[in-house]
Amino acid sequence: MSNKDTPAAPVQRAKTTGLHKGDIAPGVAKVDPIIIADGVRRTFGGLTAVDVDHIEIPRNAITALIGPNGAGKTTLFNLLTGFDKPDEGKWTFNGHALAGMGAHKVARLGQVRTFQLTKALGLLTVLENMKLGAKDQIGENIFRGMIPKLWRKQEAEIEARAEVLLKKFKLDAKSSDFAASLSGGQRKLLEMARALMSEPALVMLDEPMAGVNPALTESLLDHILDLKEEGMTVLFVEHDMHMVRHIADWVIVMAEGKVVAEGPPDQVMKNQAVIDAYLGSHQDVDLGIVTGRIEGELNTAAITMAAEVEELDSKIAKRKEPRK
Amino acid sequence: MDILQILSNTGSSLIAPATIGYALAALGLAMHFGFTGLLNMGMAAFMAIGAYGYAISILTFGFPWWGGMLVGVGGSLIFALILGIPTLRLRGDYLAIVTIAAAEVVRLLFLTTTFDKYTGSADGLSGYHASFRAFNPIPDGTYGFGPWVYNANGWWVRIFGIVILALAALILWTVMRSPWGRVIKGIREDEDAVRALGKNVFSYKLQSLMLGGVFGAMGGIIYALPASVNPGVYVTSLTFFVYTALLLGGAATIFGPIIGSVIFWGVQTLLSNLLPALVNIGVLPFMTTTQSQTVRFILVGVALMLLVIYRPQGILGNKKELTFVK
Ligand SMILES: Nc1ncnc2c1ncn2[C@@H]1O[C@H](COP(=O)(O)OP(=O)(O)O)[C@@H](O)[C@H]1O
Ligand SMILES: [Mg+2]
Repeated sequence: MSNKDTPAAPVQRAKTTGLHKGDIAPGVAKVDPIIIADGVRRTFGGLTAVDVDHIEIPRNAITALIGPNGAGKTTLFNLLTGFDKPDEGKWTFNGHALAGMGAHKVARLGQVRTFQLTKALGLLTVLENMKLGAKDQIGENIFRGMIPKLWRKQEAEIEARAEVLLKKFKLDAKSSDFAASLSGGQRKLLEMARALMSEPALVMLDEPMAGVNPALTESLLDHILDLKEEGMTVLFVEHDMHMVRHIADWVIVMAEGKVVAEGPPDQVMKNQAVIDAYLGSHQDVDLGIVTGRIEGELNTAAITMAAEVEELDSKIAKRKEPRK
Repeated sequence: MDILQILSNTGSSLIAPATIGYALAALGLAMHFGFTGLLNMGMAAFMAIGAYGYAISILTFGFPWWGGMLVGVGGSLIFALILGIPTLRLRGDYLAIVTIAAAEVVRLLFLTTTFDKYTGSADGLSGYHASFRAFNPIPDGTYGFGPWVYNANGWWVRIFGIVILALAALILWTVMRSPWGRVIKGIREDEDAVRALGKNVFSYKLQSLMLGGVFGAMGGIIYALPASVNPGVYVTSLTFFVYTALLLGGAATIFGPIIGSVIFWGVQTLLSNLLPALVNIGVLPFMTTTQSQTVRFILVGVALMLLVIYRPQGILGNKKELTFVK
């Protein structure tokens, strides 16, 4: 991969290093892990979607989870956040054992996620979406909710916090519109901002950049970097290698349900297992060009790949959504 | 054709106990369906439990009228729990099937001769009015004007019903503008998103089912208050009629269900008086007066279809706020 087309990066911020202990290998121990998972396996009929022996997510760092489509990234997200139950396995978050815990309890502990297929609450306004994200609301109890005096003050505080975040995510002008009226990219932003309303310790973003317009990508990258500065941990799934290289401190590569490699971005990209599993024969293609996010000329390899991507996309569009 | 009589009957139906009962049940469905997105197709059972709970506790156990109402409401809360705990984890369409089945079970339990001593089986229950009427503060006599002339008992039932309805509407309005209501509407939009934000979705759905169920039970009680408890009332089509009233007014609104019920009963009464009269004067030569009563219900069905297709948000609803096709 060449660097010449990298977008004029805002200010390159320092990467967090020294995250692991001992030799780098899939499942390597971390100095200060926020999530430790062991033997997590999930099968759908005969298909093993996730089969992770050991994985640790470093605290207060940005970790990218990459891998080809169908590698099991979203399923792993679902398992870790309690949205799906594994066949076996256990894991802890901040020292709490999470296996078997319901999704809302996981979120309350400070592990908040977004979805690959954006879930904006369409018929709530943007501001209502944001307010919903705040934790420990007095008025969310039905009886206390009936007495506005009890929750007005907290509501005002939440609203103020929401407005600050909306401004940051450039959604403040849309504050009173129904979320259904937002563009796909704006919905991604809203979902992320909403998750932040709960002041989480770990933010898990499933393809946060998909569909976000290139002009917004940079500021989104900045937001994610800010999260780390504010002391949060970020785990995100992304296909765009530029973004991964630009912001990730650590990269975990999955293929066919397993962790096949991990390490700091520069090293992982050179790993033969990754090239085989993920990039295949396209390792010289700049994914930023293929996705149209970066201007540049497509070489032949990129053109073939773009065609493959398009074909895949149309197949996916034709196939009915399996979940729900 | 006595046009004055037809108009008078129609006018009277606007504040009839049946209308108020429907309005309460429709408010319950607004809670369930309009705000929470729960497709409860078993509202008739909540109404039956209210009415039977009221009548049985008075007739069999000698409760005062308010004790009977508490039993009816308590019964609906228990029913909501029994219905909700196993089913609220199901996705929308399954919930509809299960609630319809549960409502039939409840109806058949009230209808079976096994409990004839308490339920009166097919005859239903009556003669439980003494306690409620004894509390009537209105002196004997006939009051009112135009189509709305009733005796003291007639007014007592209506006033009581309207007060309960106003209270229910107030409660619904209060909770729906609170942060609790925000969570509820969020669940309607996408429950997984709400779960991801740390809200106990199951508990909220159960609360919604219980609150709406209480409204339904009170609706059943008001419906039965002036006359009798008749097992033929609490059939599945009752649920459909209440849905018609709800969708007519606007499912995700507070006043919509009330206005929808008033219009529903106004039109029903008008048609049930007007159609036979038209048959009798030979305007509708292709049907008999009996057939004209059936036509009335066909028209309800057609109206429901047209509503869902062309105006899913109802009369009062915001077009954007409730659509069936997302
Ligand atoms: N609910 C489901 N039922 C059956 N198969 C599923 C389900 N969810 C995911 N899968 C399968 O599990 C594999 C991993 O999927 P996923 O985790 O979505 O991959 P990724 O997010 O890495 O693209 C895929 O083969 C997918 O088809
Ligand atoms: Mg995925």
